[in-house]
Amino acid sequence: MALLMATVSLLLFAIFDSDQFRKQIAVAELGGFGVAALSEADYTDWIAKRGLDAPFLERYVSWVGQVFQGNLGHSLEYNMPVSSLLADRLTSTGILAFFFFLAMVPIAFTLGIVAGIKEGGLLDRIISIGSVVSTSIPQIATAVLLTVFLSLGLGWLPSKSAMVAGFSMKELVLPILTLLIYDVGYVARMTRASMIEVMSSNYIRTATLKGLSSAKVILRHAVRNALIVPVTLVFLQLNWLLSHIVVVEVFFQYNGFGQMLYNAAMYGDIEVLQAAALTASMVAVVSQLLSDIAYALLNPRLREVK
Amino acid sequence: MTNTMNSGEVISAGTAGKGQVPVLECRDLCISYRTRAGEVPAVINFNMRLMAGEAHGLVGESGCGKSTVALGIMRYLGRNGFIKSGDILLNGRSIVSMTEDELAQVRGGDIAMIYQEPMASLNPTMRIGEQLAEVPMLREGLGRKAAMAVVEKILAKVRLPDVARVVKAFPHELSGGQQQRVVIAMALLANPKVLLLDEPTTALDVTVEAGIVELVQELAAEFNTAMVYISHNLGLILETCESITVMYSGEAIETGPVAEVLREVRHPYTKGLINSIPRIDVSRYERPLTTIAGQLPLPSARPQGCFFGPRCSNFVAGTCDQAHVQMVPITATHASRCQRVAEIDWERPAEEGKLRQKAEPGEVLLDIKNLTKTYGKVKANNNISVEARRGETVAVVGESGCGKSTLAKVILGLESASSGAVELGGKDIGKTPVTKRDRETVRNLQMVFQNPFDTLNPSQTIGFQIGRVLRKLGGIKDEAEVQRKVLELLDTVKLPRDFVFRRPRQLSGGQKQRIGIARAIAGEPTVVIADEPVSALDVSVQAAVSELLLDIQEEKGTTFFFISHDLSVVRYLSDRVVVMYLGQIVEQGPTEDVFQPPYHPYTEALLSSVPISDPSIVKRKVVVSADVPSPSEPPPGCPFSTRCPYAIKGVCDKDQPQAKTFANGHQIACHLSAETLLAMQPIILDQKAS
Amino acid sequence: MSHSISLQKTRGAGLSRLQLVLGLMGFIWLSLCVYVIFPDAFGAYQSYITLPAAAAVVAVYVLMFQMWRGSRIAIVGLSLVSFWIMVSVLVPALPLIDPNKPIAPFLSPGSSKDGLTFWLGTDMRGRDILSRALWGSQRILVWGITSTASAYFVGISLGLMAGYLRGWWDEVFSYLTNVLLSFPVMVLLILMLNYLGQSPFNVILAITCSSAPSIMRIVRGLALQERSRDYVHAAQVRGESALWIMVMEIVPNIRGPLIVDACLRLGYTTVAITTLTFLGLGLQPPDPDWGLMIREATSSAMVWKFAYMLIIPSLSITTLILGFNLIADGLRELSLRD
Repeated sequence: MALLMATVSLLLFAIFDSDQFRKQIAVAELGGFGVAALSEADYTDWIAKRGLDAPFLERYVSWVGQVFQGNLGHSLEYNMPVSSLLADRLTSTGILAFFFFLAMVPIAFTLGIVAGIKEGGLLDRIISIGSVVSTSIPQIATAVLLTVFLSLGLGWLPSKSAMVAGFSMKELVLPILTLLIYDVGYVARMTRASMIEVMSSNYIRTATLKGLSSAKVILRHAVRNALIVPVTLVFLQLNWLLSHIVVVEVFFQYNGFGQMLYNAAMYGDIEVLQAAALTASMVAVVSQLLSDIAYALLNPRLREVK
Repeated sequence: MTNTMNSGEVISAGTAGKGQVPVLECRDLCISYRTRAGEVPAVINFNMRLMAGEAHGLVGESGCGKSTVALGIMRYLGRNGFIKSGDILLNGRSIVSMTEDELAQVRGGDIAMIYQEPMASLNPTMRIGEQLAEVPMLREGLGRKAAMAVVEKILAKVRLPDVARVVKAFPHELSGGQQQRVVIAMALLANPKVLLLDEPTTALDVTVEAGIVELVQELAAEFNTAMVYISHNLGLILETCESITVMYSGEAIETGPVAEVLREVRHPYTKGLINSIPRIDVSRYERPLTTIAGQLPLPSARPQGCFFGPRCSNFVAGTCDQAHVQMVPITATHASRCQRVAEIDWERPAEEGKLRQKAEPGEVLLDIKNLTKTYGKVKANNNISVEARRGETVAVVGESGCGKSTLAKVILGLESASSGAVELGGKDIGKTPVTKRDRETVRNLQMVFQNPFDTLNPSQTIGFQIGRVLRKLGGIKDEAEVQRKVLELLDTVKLPRDFVFRRPRQLSGGQKQRIGIARAIAGEPTVVIADEPVSALDVSVQAAVSELLLDIQEEKGTTFFFISHDLSVVRYLSDRVVVMYLGQIVEQGPTEDVFQPPYHPYTEALLSSVPISDPSIVKRKVVVSADVPSPSEPPPGCPFSTRCPYAIKGVCDKDQPQAKTFANGHQIACHLSAETLLAMQPIILDQKAS
Repeated sequence: MSHSISLQKTRGAGLSRLQLVLGLMGFIWLSLCVYVIFPDAFGAYQSYITLPAAAAVVAVYVLMFQMWRGSRIAIVGLSLVSFWIMVSVLVPALPLIDPNKPIAPFLSPGSSKDGLTFWLGTDMRGRDILSRALWGSQRILVWGITSTASAYFVGISLGLMAGYLRGWWDEVFSYLTNVLLSFPVMVLLILMLNYLGQSPFNVILAITCSSAPSIMRIVRGLALQERSRDYVHAAQVRGESALWIMVMEIVPNIRGPLIVDACLRLGYTTVAITTLTFLGLGLQPPDPDWGLMIREATSSAMVWKFAYMLIIPSLSITTLILGFNLIADGLRELSLRD
C-alpha cells in the first residue's frame, strides 16, 4: 500500500517535473505571452532561481517533505496557498459526498436485496430494468434533463449550485440527485446479483428446510452474506465519485474539489492541478484499502479467498 | 400378457404389515419442471411406503430423479419445479396440500435432510453453534443459552472432537467429515421422524464415509428414525437399508427388500447395473464387467413403452414399445416394472463380457526413484519409488490429499521434482518441464483427465482436437492422412465417425471421456497417465470406459499409470497397486497380493470401508478415526499412526517405518512384525454360495 | 448437462457466424474511420464512401437478430445501436442542412426559414439541430469504438500474459494496473490530456490508459480460471507453446464474458468522450458533437423555452448508451440460459 502511494506520487512528481508544465508555471510567474514566447534564457534563469536544477530524487524527497508539512505550493489563479484552497474545496465536496452516501447506501441496498429475493419476479424485473436505464444515462444527460425539468420547467430547484448567498441545502439537491441516479442503479444491480447468488446457494436451502420462516431465512442467513460484496463496493464508489464529481460540479457550478481540478487544468494552475491529482489518487488508494479491510472483517473465509 | 397393476394400487416396499400407517408415503407422485421447451416430467408415478424406523434406499444413475423425489417430499423444488399429481403423506397427512406455515413445521421438524455437499450446506459467515442453535430455539422455544447446551450435547453425540471449539468455529474451519457430522447433528436436533439423506457421503473419502455411515445407522436406531437414503452406490444401500427402490429415467423400476432385489433381480436395468459394478473381491479375469448399451434418454425424449427398452437386451418389439409399463408384483414386497418379468430367464448368466488373458508385462518403461516434491514445507510426495512396465497397469490409490495427483503432474512435467528421478526409457525427465522436453518424450507420455466436462476445449470441434495431436505429436503433415487417422481413432474408442464435426457440448460425459482417451492415444504413446478417468461417470458408463481402456491396452500394449481413489475400479483395472497416504507409499505390490492379507493397516481400513453390492458377502469391519492430519503437519513417525488401530506407542509415532518385503515383491511399510501382518484376517470373511 | 445432441450448425465450413459479424463490423468501422479521419481524401465522391457500409449494417443486424432472438432486451439494444450506426453511415448522403452553417438562431422546432424547415429547431448560432444531432453520431462512434478497441487490445494482451504466464509478468502488470487504477478515471483523463495536449489521438491514448487496466484485470481473472482447467493441461501435456495456448485455447473460451464487458465498456468510453468534449477537453469545435452541443447550450440557453437544445443531444447519447447496455444485459441473460 505504502509502495503504491510512493509510486503514484513519484509518477505525479515526474509528470509535473516535465518541461511542459514547468514552462507553464514559469510563464504564469514571470508574466508574458504564453509558453511560445518564453525565451530560453529567462526560462533557465527561472529554473535556477527555483532550484529546479538539483538532482531529480533530491527534489522529489524535498517535495514529499513539503507535502507532509502541508505545503502544496501556491495557486496563481486564486492567489492563495494551495493547501487552504484544497481544504476549503474538499470540505464542500465532503458535504456533497456525505449526503450522497447517506442516500445511496440504504436505497441501493434495499432495492438490490428486494430484487434479488425472487429472481425473475415482478419486483425484480422492474428494478432490473430501472437500473439498466438509470446506469445508461450519462451524467451530463442526467444533469441536463434534471435541470430542464425540475428547474427550468417546474422551477422547484435552483439550476445552479454556486452557493453565492451562503450554504443552501436546496442547491445540493440537483447535484446529489444526478450522482444518485447512476450510482443507485449500479450498486443495486451488484447487490441484486450477490443476493441472487446467495439465494440459490445450498445453505439457504438448509435454512429453509430447517423450517425457518422465509423472513428469517432472508434476514438472518441471506442478507448477511449477500451484503459482503456490496459493502466493499461502497468504499470503491469513493474512487468513482472523485471521477464523476468533476462533470457534476462543473455543470452545476458547485465550488468543490472537482471544479477546482477542472479550473486548474483549464487555466494552467499547475500546482493546484498537481495537488488535486495527488489528493484524488491518495483518497482512491485509501478507499481501496478500506474496502479490503471491510472484506476481511465481513468474510471469515478471507484467507482462502485472497 | 402378464398381469399388470393399475396405478391406483400401491405396492409397498416396506417390510411392515398392512394396517399400520406408514410414517411417509408417496402415492403416484409426479413431479415436473417447466423449461423453455415446455413441461418436462422428472418423476413419474412414484410410490413408496416407509414405516417408522425403516431405512429405504433410492438408487439410480444421475438424472434418474432420485434427488427430485427427496426435494419433492420437502416441497422445495425451486421456481420451475412443481408437484403435478399424486400425494405425499406424512403420518397420513398430505404434505402436498399444506400451507406454508404447516410446511415450515414439517421441514426440519418431522422431516430433516442431510445433503451431499456439507460445506455448501452450511452458512459460511455464521458460527456452527449459532446455526445449530436456531433449531431448538425455533422448535422448542428455548433461549439462546439453553439452546447452546442442547447443541453441545448433540455435537458430542455425533462424536465430534473438541465440541467447545466446533461450536465457535466457522464451517470452513472444519474438515469435510466434521462438516457432515455437523449437518447430521442439525438434522437430529429436531428429533425428526424421517431423515432424507441425499448422497451424504459422495463428496467424502471412503474411510470417512464408513465412519459417517456407521454413525447414521446407530443414531437412526437410537431415535427410531425412518430414513430415505439416496445414493448411486448399490453397495452403500445394501449396507444401510432394508428395502430399496431402483430408479431409471424418473420411474421406479424395481422395488423390494434390498437383499432380495440384489439376489433375485427382476429387472434388466437392475441386473445390468449390478453386472457393471466392479468389486474389490474379484478380478477382471474372474468376473468381467458387462456394460449397458446406449445412454439414458433425455427427460424430454423418453421412448414409447418401456423407458429402458432401447437399451435392453431382452427387448421385444411389439411388447416393450407399446403402452406405458406398470409395476408387476413378484412377491408381496418385491415388484418390477418389466412386462416380460415372467418370460425372462433371470438365472441365465449375464451377457458375457470379454474374458481376458493375463499378459506378461515387458521391460521397465517408467521408473520413479526416490521422488520427493515439496511445496514450501508441505511434502506432497515423499520418497516415492515406483516402476511401470510395458503393457501393464499400475494403479496409485489413496484418498484426497495423499499426493497422487502431484505425482502425475511431476511425471508429466507440469511440476518439477524437488529431488529424485523420473526415468522414461532410461532418461531422467523429473526436473524437465514439459515445454523443455523433446518431442519423443512428450509423445510417449500422455494423459487422460478426470473431469469429462473440463477435458475438452469447449470451442473446438472434436476433429480439430484429435487432429491437432496427430499433427503436433504424430508428425503427420498430410491433411488427408490426418483426417483418416482421426476417423480411425473414433472407431477405436467406439464412437460414430460424424462426431468429428461436433463440439464437446453436444456430447455426453462418457462420450467426452472417450474423446479424451482418443486424444491421449493419438500420438501412440507408450505410457498413458490416467487420473481418475472413470470416477466422474455413472456406473454403467464407467464399465464401458474401463473396458475400452483394457481393449486399448491389449491392442497397443500401452502402459497405464492409473490414479484413483476407488479401490473397486483399481482392483478391476490394475496389475499392480501402489497405496499412498499423506505423500508416502505405505504398500505396493501385485494387485492380487495387495487385496489379500498381509495388509498395511491403512489398506485394511480402506478395503473394509468399500461397500460391496453383494448380499452374500460377509465383511470384517474396521472403522478408523476420520481425523486426517493436515499434509502440512504430518505426524513425525508413520503417517498413519494417528488413526491406526494397531499403533504401537513410542514406536509408530516416532520413527518412519521401513518397507518389509513379502512374496511377489509385495512391500508394506509398517512397524508391525511380519508375523503379525501375515496373521491378519482377510477383509472378506465369508462368501456364501450365491 | 449438455442437451441437444444434434449435428446442426457444425458442418458449416469456412466462416462461423461470429467471424462474419466481426468482419462486417470491421468493415463498417473502417469506412467510418476513413470518412472521419480523411475528410478530403475522395473529393466529390466523399459523401458516398460510407454507403456500402449501410448494407453491412443491415447484414449485421439480421445476423445478430437471429443469434439473439431469445432475448428481447438484447434485440431492443441491438436496434438502438444499429439505428445510430446506420445514421452515422448514411448521414453524408442524407439531404440535411449543413450542420456547421449558421442560418437563423433560436428557431423553435418545426419552424421554417428561407425555404428550409428546421424540424428540431436551430441553436444559438443558428445551426440546424437535427443535422447536428445526426452528424454528431459519427465522431462519437468512430472515436468511441476506436479507443475501446485499442484498450481491449492492450488489456487482453497484458491480461493473458499476467494470468497465464503468471510469475514475473503477473507481478509487473498487476502492479502497473494498480498504479493506474489509483487515479480516478476523470482525474487521469484530465491529467493526461493536459500533459499530452488535446487531439483525437491523445484522447484514444488517454482512454486506453484508463480502460485497459480494468480489462486486464478481468482477462487475468478469466485466464487464471481457464489455466486450471484440464483442456489447458492437455495442451500443455502435448507440448503446446504458451502463445498457442493463450490465443487458440484460452481466448475462444473467455470470449463470452469479454463480449459482454466490451458492450458495457463501449458505453463507458462513449460517455467519457462525450464528457470530455462537454468539459472542453476532448474533441474540438466546430464539428458537431453531442457533448459539445450540450456545452454550448448550457452556456447560452438555460431557459425552458430553449430546453430542446439541451434535450436533443442528451437523448441522443442516452439512447446510444442504453443500446450498448441493453445488449450487454441481454447477452448476459442469454449466456446464463445455456
